[in-house]
Amino acid sequence: MAAGDKGALADPQTTPLSELDVSDPRRFELDCWQPLFERLRRESPIHFQAESPAGAFWSITRFDDIVAVEKDTETFSSEPTIAIIDPPDERRAPSFIAMDQPQHDIQRRAVQPVVAPKNLLEFEALIRTRTGEALDSLPERETFDWVELVSRNLTTQMLATLFDFPWDLREKLSEWSDAITSDERMTAGTGLSREERLLVIQEFLGVFTQLWHERKGDDQESFDLIRLLQRDPNTANMVDDPLNYAGNLMLLIVGGNDTTRNSMSGGVLFLNEYPEQFEKVRADRRLIPSMVSEIIRFQTPLPHMRRTVTRDTQFKGHTMKKGDKVVLWYCSANRDATVITNPDTFLVDRDSVRNHASFGFGIHRCMGNRLAEMQLRIVWEEALNRFKDITLMGPPTRICNNFVRGYSHMPVQVTRI
Amino acid sequence: MPVIKFIEFDGTEHEVDADDGISIMEVAMKYDIPGIDADCGGGAVCGTCHCFVEESAGPLPAVDPQEESMLGLRPDRESNSRLSCQLQVSDTMGNMTVKLPEFQM
Repeated sequence: MAAGDKGALADPQTTPLSELDVSDPRRFELDCWQPLFERLRRESPIHFQAESPAGAFWSITRFDDIVAVEKDTETFSSEPTIAIIDPPDERRAPSFIAMDQPQHDIQRRAVQPVVAPKNLLEFEALIRTRTGEALDSLPERETFDWVELVSRNLTTQMLATLFDFPWDLREKLSEWSDAITSDERMTAGTGLSREERLLVIQEFLGVFTQLWHERKGDDQESFDLIRLLQRDPNTANMVDDPLNYAGNLMLLIVGGNDTTRNSMSGGVLFLNEYPEQFEKVRADRRLIPSMVSEIIRFQTPLPHMRRTVTRDTQFKGHTMKKGDKVVLWYCSANRDATVITNPDTFLVDRDSVRNHASFGFGIHRCMGNRLAEMQLRIVWEEALNRFKDITLMGPPTRICNNFVRGYSHMPVQVTRI
Repeated sequence: MPVIKFIEFDGTEHEVDADDGISIMEVAMKYDIPGIDADCGGGAVCGTCHCFVEESAGPLPAVDPQEESMLGLRPDRESNSRLSCQLQVSDTMGNMTVKLPEFQM
């Protein structure tokens, strides 16, 4: 049982729904979340829970209802935050994902060029070289941790490139990323306390403030995220608003890191759980892009996003009050059989494979989705060039978190061609 | 049956007959025209069926707020930018020429 034990997990089939905490992160750690969400989709797709470590909240679990909420940005605001827990008022660090229009669009547009497909073409060769090097250096006939040597390694390198971050210090980026998403209130008490997180945020803000001042006015033709902010007149002075700067940095660090990292690991797990799908991809490499979308669906690296009701409203017959929290469970939408056929099966050649909920919908749809897909595609192209098999040697260790669904450890052996 | 001409970013042209009542996005998917991704399947919530309407025989429907919010995030937006999932083929709209962008995102 996880640290911070609040007692055994209740049986999601037999316990009254009113007694179940939908947000309990241990279900993600133990990978036993599916039956509860299946029941919610069937019995209570718009479900109110009065008490939880994050307070009262609504759970939306059907695909189409989640799309409807995300479209109605006037009723369902992304402010003050997009995770189930509230930040303390005095330490709110606003980022564009947690802003409504028009401010959202203004700040997002400033950094969006970094992931414009035109720019991605320039990244492709670099990513391929680094991926090849990482895979070539993996031990043979020996069990190693895929999370550390592949997923974390490659996504940290990518993040350092996006920020043009000092190469030797790049491990810091992943440490910060882990710390940001490890709030004890969404990790069943296993994460960092507010004070510990604040220290981490101060550390990274200090480093990034220094980088800002070093780069300001150097006119370097670079598409790194810091210079993009500096170049756009709307964000050129963001450093003067340290909380806004910190908020956007946190968004870009987590968005560019945890999500792809965990999908990179998830793919190994799924191909081991579904060996006939592995066989299909080995036989036809053209399935890799489709497999990548399926990995992202099956993993759902961010299980939820949250909105806040701006005015008393009726949503599908339910009365929601101004200020209510509405949690959109992407992990559940991705298993909704009314939209996705046979959703609990991993299928690399699925029809309409791109139509999944992992990137969200509407104006807050994942900005880096094409970069993530490219990174994953290259990993699998290069892995299949080198390995006959990537064998899971034992169960992975999953993290205890209801906002980031992922792995801390995955024992693997590779067999070279 | 209206005729839709798609012009890829590299200039490759595809002229196809379009069924009434389906969207320009669905026409592109039906004929495997490269350059339209249509991730969300037609809900105007992903922005990956962006196109530029060069010509249409009849008037186009107005851009609604949802379509506008998605187009607003496109770095390559032009005055004739549309989400092709929001344009239904009809005899009143008639034949159309649609240019496809360099990329979808």
